[in-house]
Amino acid sequence: MLARALDSDIWHSFRGSPITMVSAVVALICIAGAMLAPWLAPSDPFDLASLSLGDAFKPPRWSDGGDPAFPLGSDGQGRDVLSAIMYGGRVSLLVGFAAVLLSTLLGLGLGLLAGYVGGALDAVLMRIADIQLTFPGFLIALLIDGVVRAVLPAEVHDRIALLVVICAIGISAWPSIARTVRGSTLVERNKEYVLAARIIGVPAWRIMLSHVLPNVLGPVLVIATLNLSGAILAEATLSFLGVGMPPTQPSLGTLIRIGNDFLLSGEWWITLFPGAALVALVLSVNLLGDWLRDALNPRLR
Amino acid sequence: MTAFILARLLQAVPVVLTVALISFLMFTYVGDPVAIMLGQDFTEQQRTQLIHELGLDQPILMQFARFVGNALRGEFGLSYRLSRPVAELIAERAPATLELAGCAALFALALGLPMGVYTGLYRNSWLSRVFLTFSLIGVSLPTFLIGILLILVFSVWLGWLPSFGRGDTVQLGWWSTGLLTLSGLKALVLPSITLGLFQLTLIMRLVRAEMLEVLRTDYIKFARARGLTDRAINFGHALKNTLVPVITIAGLQLGGIIAFAIVTETVFQWPGMGLLFIQSVGVADIPVMAAYLLLIALVFVAINLIVDLLYYAVDPRLRIGRGGH
Repeated sequence: MLARALDSDIWHSFRGSPITMVSAVVALICIAGAMLAPWLAPSDPFDLASLSLGDAFKPPRWSDGGDPAFPLGSDGQGRDVLSAIMYGGRVSLLVGFAAVLLSTLLGLGLGLLAGYVGGALDAVLMRIADIQLTFPGFLIALLIDGVVRAVLPAEVHDRIALLVVICAIGISAWPSIARTVRGSTLVERNKEYVLAARIIGVPAWRIMLSHVLPNVLGPVLVIATLNLSGAILAEATLSFLGVGMPPTQPSLGTLIRIGNDFLLSGEWWITLFPGAALVALVLSVNLLGDWLRDALNPRLR
Repeated sequence: MTAFILARLLQAVPVVLTVALISFLMFTYVGDPVAIMLGQDFTEQQRTQLIHELGLDQPILMQFARFVGNALRGEFGLSYRLSRPVAELIAERAPATLELAGCAALFALALGLPMGVYTGLYRNSWLSRVFLTFSLIGVSLPTFLIGILLILVFSVWLGWLPSFGRGDTVQLGWWSTGLLTLSGLKALVLPSITLGLFQLTLIMRLVRAEMLEVLRTDYIKFARARGLTDRAINFGHALKNTLVPVITIAGLQLGGIIAFAIVTETVFQWPGMGLLFIQSVGVADIPVMAAYLLLIALVFVAINLIVDLLYYAVDPRLRIGRGGH
């Protein structure tokens, strides 16, 4: 099993591209650091009892006045920046993965329906997709977040902020997937195996799910991977603007926003290190996605 | 030509109407405007009267027609947050955003186009490699981080340029401009770079790819064989034929610039429409959000239309193709 995996085309193309291997390592470090934060992080940034204002604004340990207990320095409340980044990365990754999952499911479902059922449903869905694609995705996410904010009182909103952000980003990204799925569904619908299934009386929903779906899934997985970095960035942008994750549940974007207040007084590490973590994460995921696209389907290039 | 423009305009109508409908639904149903405008103490009579004044007792289609009519006249009611007419607020902030977006677009085009041509012509020179590496950074850094880095280097460490605001502005009629004062111009530098950097890298890569493609074609070889100068070939023949996709992307990116101005304006506390919008989202100030949304939709539709018309001007094949129908 392992030997076969090691001899596959994908593995060879992986070994042949040093940039891909480096990004895989970086992405793994980011993901592992975020997932294992409760065990690996030097301190728990949410444990208010352990925070002391005496530890505030410590610079990184290698500069003058650095404290070994705070490898990347500390913020205005004496929180360890490294720990905050690890816990923040958890939120960023969680939102990214969940939003991509949501948009992929939405795009798959609506794309299949539009392509298979056709007619008025198709026209309406694709018009909505067209209109949505006229605007940048983050603007749509911003708008959804704004509307939810108006409907819910602030304290309720903050409690379910995670869910709101996931939905906002997920809904903003469905059209590109739906269009691809619709396109391939239109092709599959007229193939003989679908006709055969129709003739023997298989219900439409079963044809869609168990016959058409597996055949349109390939490109979708690639697009979903490419969308992941976009979703992480969208979340960071929303949080940076102050309409994403609240400071009680900070993501990398929230940390950058909080740190930005201290930038002008020279405490650069509070904002720069979360920023570097975000770039490392997004860049490595992006490069991995590009590689996966080329490796799985040369035609998509 | 006229038929073409009319057809494009007709296609734009549903987009604008849909956005208007969303704005209207937000305006009417999100966060009870009556409760917000009345405050704590009110009588039932006051309430009914306000509902009547706002037209909320009329059929929904009538309300929508009224909303569109008001929107056409630029009336979006009062901002919940600032208690001032929304149109006035937006008109006040528009010059700041438009000047910023204009400078960013200029920066992106003026640098991106020559850089793209250069990297396309001399693809193996060291300068081309530098440009390409630089563009990779431009693509992978999120806008707000670019702004933060620029502030850190040029404002905090070097102290050369201001880190926030527009500097001194001069009032020309209702338009306030920062282009006529030294502090205004200095204040424009960092935000314009922040906003334009992504577009710059995109234009550069696009022009480069198109140039490489065109330079391989037969008519370029033929032009060379005819003994035309490099200059005439590179700019007269090659660059001209790369312009169609460049115009498309550059045009669509202009819309992106106006949308992403929200982020840049937040980083630099730039007093434009984007900052107004984000402050309104934070407190759910629906009238401002609705008006801004509609405005952005109009801008996007207008840009798409202009891009289509530019195609028409640049690509003679389109004119012939349309004439044949």
